[in-house]
Amino acid sequence: MTFEMPDFWLALPEMFVLGMACFILVLDLFLPEERRGISYFLAQITVIGAFVSSLWVAPAGVQTTFDGMFVSDPLGTFLKLAIYVLTAGVFLYSRGYLRDRALYKGEYYVLGLFGMLGMMVIVSASSLLTIYLGLELFSLSLYAMVAFDRDSLRASEAAMKYFVLSALASGTLLYGLSLLYGLTGSLEMSQVAQFAGGHAGEHYAFVFALAFVLVGVAFKFGASPFHMWIPDVYHGAPTSVTLYLGAAPKVAAFAMAMRLLVDTLGPLQASWGPMLVVLAVLSLAVGNVVAIAQTNIKRMLAYSTISHMGFLLLGLLAGTRTGYSAALFYAVVYALMSLAAFGVVILLSRAGFEAERLGDFKGLNERSPWFAFMMLVAMFSMAGVPPTAGFYAKLAVLAAVIDVHQTWLAVVAVFFSLIGAFYYLRVVKLMYFDAPADPEPLTARLDLRVALSANGLLLLGLGIYPGLLMGWCLAALH
Amino acid sequence: MTFELFIFYLFAAVLVFAALRVVTVRNPVHAVLFLVLAFFSSAALWLLLEAEFLALVLVLVYVGAVMVLFLFVVMMLDINVAVLREGFTRYLPVGLLVGLAIVAEMGLVLVRYFVLPPGSAPKPVGPDFSNTRMLGDLLYTHYVYPFEIAAAILLVAIVAAIALTLRRRPGTKHQDPAAQIAVRRRDRVRLVRMDAEKKPE
Repeated sequence: MTFEMPDFWLALPEMFVLGMACFILVLDLFLPEERRGISYFLAQITVIGAFVSSLWVAPAGVQTTFDGMFVSDPLGTFLKLAIYVLTAGVFLYSRGYLRDRALYKGEYYVLGLFGMLGMMVIVSASSLLTIYLGLELFSLSLYAMVAFDRDSLRASEAAMKYFVLSALASGTLLYGLSLLYGLTGSLEMSQVAQFAGGHAGEHYAFVFALAFVLVGVAFKFGASPFHMWIPDVYHGAPTSVTLYLGAAPKVAAFAMAMRLLVDTLGPLQASWGPMLVVLAVLSLAVGNVVAIAQTNIKRMLAYSTISHMGFLLLGLLAGTRTGYSAALFYAVVYALMSLAAFGVVILLSRAGFEAERLGDFKGLNERSPWFAFMMLVAMFSMAGVPPTAGFYAKLAVLAAVIDVHQTWLAVVAVFFSLIGAFYYLRVVKLMYFDAPADPEPLTARLDLRVALSANGLLLLGLGIYPGLLMGWCLAALH
Repeated sequence: MTFELFIFYLFAAVLVFAALRVVTVRNPVHAVLFLVLAFFSSAALWLLLEAEFLALVLVLVYVGAVMVLFLFVVMMLDINVAVLREGFTRYLPVGLLVGLAIVAEMGLVLVRYFVLPPGSAPKPVGPDFSNTRMLGDLLYTHYVYPFEIAAAILLVAIVAAIALTLRRRPGTKHQDPAAQIAVRRRDRVRLVRMDAEKKPE
């Protein structure tokens, strides 16, 4: 038997994160309660180290190692960098929140890092086996994080629902992957793609497998009609975990769609395109219309996630390079918007008080004009008002859809965005034109204030100069 | 039909029957026992595929360890079956309808279009072939990356289970053997000097 030594160098970021996560896990056992900050700082150092090492080891072209199970390419590097930035942001935002609620434990950071590792594995998977394992690693960490506040009945219920539904979706995905293996005799994505392109005869069997794979992917996106878990989980989980769920996993879901639909089943684009049309239109409709009826901000943002995922799928279904890069841009910008919006929710919460109801945003302008403005930017960005990043993201997706002569889809998307604008603007109205129920000025730690301001300004900056990020997105998909 | 094929169909039939009974039987303990039967029959099928090591591991690990633990848990928990079964008959027709539709659709596609790639049928190997050795060779070379990720998944499962269930209750009564061993006489016994008789005042 011949065996080629794998190039471990390419997987340096993964090995570093795994090693550090294990180190923090053990070290945390010996830390007294008041030194818990050390775990936090080590977790941040891990994320920064992964960022640096990913940049360092990134090859110029596409390289695979571990017998074709691991791929390192520009798309993977870009997605990983985005995931690091988002995860670091989540850790930073949630620190004060966790401390106020007796949730400030090392396990939160360990599970967060393992979740990030799972996302990294998904991003650089080039075999059906690794993408599935990455997905499981990432989901398993998330289930535990959702249930982290174990005395809260709502959190346990949310975790249970998430676990059962997600296990079902994983099973469906696994069934689809096993059919692909049965048809092609290979787990390697490039070989499956080659086989699918060359065997038009078994076309229907491939479409059959594709349907199952697509269900799994749509569940991870939370695209309608596989969105049932999103509102309950977003609502039930501690806000710091909702923050985590809403940010980096969207980028990972995009990576999963790119690897499975484009890299593996690219030759079947004519089949999955129409399927994505159904998912996208349903998500836009359900997300935007149902969000209007919500009085809880976390639930409202959950439905808004569903509608944004509809937009993201529009970019994917165009099936062109501009479409993919528009979807990638949308994924990154959406994650930043979600980080900012949930960041303000965390900012408003204090020990023993969750700023969950829309009413809690009343008169925010009088309490803190600057953070009311940051929330305004996040809401305008989600609604797609220029000059925010959300506007440009929507524009790029719509342009890609019109390029492939699906103008009606663009019209539908704009129509539902207009409906959606109502509930984003309602938050703005509450902040600026209503009297505050609780006139106390806001108090927050310096790091949270600085990070939140940077996040809001970034959304504005990316709206005014979208070219830089868009250029990276295009280069990543070269 | 060869004898091998006969054995295959026999164990396959037992497997399907047992799997069906796991979800339909009333008593949870019986359900666990049927699951044991299902594992055992699939182990027999793996033996027919010449995957002897995996078949033995399935019996040893799953039947021997995991299912015994399951049985313990099921017997210790007081599961009220009646509550679990509430609404079963109400949802049964819809479930059956959807299930049958899916099976029919899947059958229509798979029977006509599913073709295995040529040359993919496994060939019988000689008596010298050791698939335990083969597994070891593959697991730690070609599959080393997925193997390590699987290890990380198990670690996360342990961390999650402990983080979610371990509670430190103040004031619980437990023994500390080290402290018990290190105890000295003077920690426990206090000699008090007393006069045998009360002094007259």
